Amino acid sequence: MSALLEVRDLVKTYGSGEAATRVLRGLSLRLDTGEMAALLGPSGSGKSTLLTILGTLMKPTSGSHVMLGQDLIAAGDRELTAFRNLHIGFVFQFHNLLPDFTALENVIFPTSVREGRETPAARERGRDLLVRMGLGDRIDFPSANLSGGQKQRVAVARALMNSPELVLADEPTGNLDRASAMQVMELIGQINREEGTTFLISTHDEKIAGFCRRQIVVGDGLVTG
Amino acid sequence: MLYALKIAARYLTANKGQTALLVLGVAVGVFIFIFMSALIGGLAEFILSRTVGDMSHITIQAETVDPPLLIAPDGAVLVASERGETRTATLSQSATWVPLIAAVPGVKAVSPQISGAGLLARGAQSAQVSVTGVEPGNESAILDLDGYMVEGSARLASDGIILGQKLADDLSLSLGQTLRLQSSDGATILLTLGGIFLTGNGAMDDGRAFVSLSTARSLFDTPQGVTRIEIKLDDLNSADDIALRIRALTGLDAVPWTDGAEQLMEALDAQAQTGIFLKTFALITIVIGVASALLLSTYRRRPEIGIMRAMGAGRGFVVFVFVMQGGLVGLMGGLSGAVLGYLALLPFPSRDEFRAGTLPMDITQGSYGLAILLTVIGAVLASILPARSAARVDPVTAIGQ
Ligand SMILES: Nc1ncnc2c1ncn2[C@@H]1O[C@H](COP(=O)(O)OP(=O)(O)OP(=O)(O)O)[C@@H](O)[C@H]1O
Ligand SMILES: [Mg+2]
Repeated sequence: MSALLEVRDLVKTYGSGEAATRVLRGLSLRLDTGEMAALLGPSGSGKSTLLTILGTLMKPTSGSHVMLGQDLIAAGDRELTAFRNLHIGFVFQFHNLLPDFTALENVIFPTSVREGRETPAARERGRDLLVRMGLGDRIDFPSANLSGGQKQRVAVARALMNSPELVLADEPTGNLDRASAMQVMELIGQINREEGTTFLISTHDEKIAGFCRRQIVVGDGLVTG
Repeated sequence: MLYALKIAARYLTANKGQTALLVLGVAVGVFIFIFMSALIGGLAEFILSRTVGDMSHITIQAETVDPPLLIAPDGAVLVASERGETRTATLSQSATWVPLIAAVPGVKAVSPQISGAGLLARGAQSAQVSVTGVEPGNESAILDLDGYMVEGSARLASDGIILGQKLADDLSLSLGQTLRLQSSDGATILLTLGGIFLTGNGAMDDGRAFVSLSTARSLFDTPQGVTRIEIKLDDLNSADDIALRIRALTGLDAVPWTDGAEQLMEALDAQAQTGIFLKTFALITIVIGVASALLLSTYRRRPEIGIMRAMGAGRGFVVFVFVMQGGLVGLMGGLSGAVLGYLALLPFPSRDEFRAGTLPMDITQGSYGLAILLTVIGAVLASILPARSAARVDPVTAIGQ
């Protein structure tokens, strides 16, 4: 398998002076195309920090970050925005959807924002994704009125909209009941198998982690397992 | 950026109550702007029409020629005076000048006149009058005689005379009666009372008589030319320029109404300044209102802005979404304020019917387009600060909160 992304010697320090907290202390990690990996570790170990850096939403204090052959440390805001749009999908724990938009409008946002309008082709793909997520009857539903599990499935559909190589999910099932959590994980596993999309999912839940073939454990600012 | 516009519109419709309040606030500002424009414009119109509306805008008065002085060898000063010439000077070539002046762009009407003093008598009663001879058919060229008639017609017959109501009452005159008019030169003519006017101007209603130009010719012994040419313009404010042109064209001393009206001009100016001041405040209120509402909205939508940024929306896109909201609010507020303003101005009498005691609101001077344009620009400017703060939202902290 080929390397999709590689980070080396990542250091992330929040704040400065006496208040400085060193969260990542030289962390290195490589993810290959088609992997399905769980990110584990105690609370405060730096899982969200790592995902944020991998998602190009934040730069590390030092270290290298290469994805798809591109040096993302050197890239500017504009390049990173375009890169994220094309190559990285996100699923967050909270605040995932734009509440004033329908499920479909949310799903196709990554394409619409790139093309400057909502095209019929994007709508077509968005609908397919929603049907695949079992939300065929909620396509034009206001997203604010969806249940928690439904919202997370819409978020997964949106993360897949631009067919990114990598999807980063930060506790995507953190506030779902077990049944909904399993449903979301099964869908993610299915996409991973069928389309080869790489997933990195942070979680505290062993059962969720069990869905993933690889387990990455973070502790003390390093990968410990 | 159609898509940014869609999102902006959605944000506005998502909080209908809040947006409605914001638009209403903007509309009130626009309403005040329009109201002030109509009031200040109407007031100026009203004051001008009251003061200069019935006046000649440019006047050419025959210059009284001083009698030549003759110094006798013994040192005595003699005055050479010819009968007729001392009495009034005339604009002898008026027949050539009048059509020339009438052809100047911006000139609405030209009225050649012969005026002088006279004694009006009916039976044993008599009264001093100031007589103005005007061309029949051209009676209302300067003073709107037609509009002021209370009896009879403003149309002068060759042996007709038109008088003010007070004078007619004083002499107990009624239409169709024959009067005797004696000029200061001693000439006497019999005339028929053809109309009675009431202008509201005491001196006018009390002591003015209008006769035909030919009557005035014989009365004042002026076989050639006229004593005065009065000119009315399409636009009062062009009097200075047009007076200059007429001077250049004819060599006559054309005097615009603004000569000697400096105080009036200053008062109008001060009034216009006040209007601009108030309108500026209305606009500032709009800008502050829009800016604060949008700033609040950017704060409330921080997580969403973070999501959009994570999904690949650039900073420019976010700026656009919020500037568009400002622009839409400005447009809606501007349009509804303009409609409200127009509706509110409808009940006021039109500019031709201004009366003392009511606000002289001029619905045609509401500056509706300007109000809408300035409001949209103001609202867009007001949204730049919130939009920039929205674009600077850090997706990590916004999503993490
Ligand atoms: N913006 C920040 N400023 C300062 N410290 C921060 C900031 N974000 C995170 N931290 C600190 O960095 C450490 C790692 O945080 P992070 O959110 O990455 O942990 P995590 O592994 O995701 O934890 P959890 O499992 O609870 O989500 C924590 O001690 C946290 O307090
Ligand atoms: Mg976390």
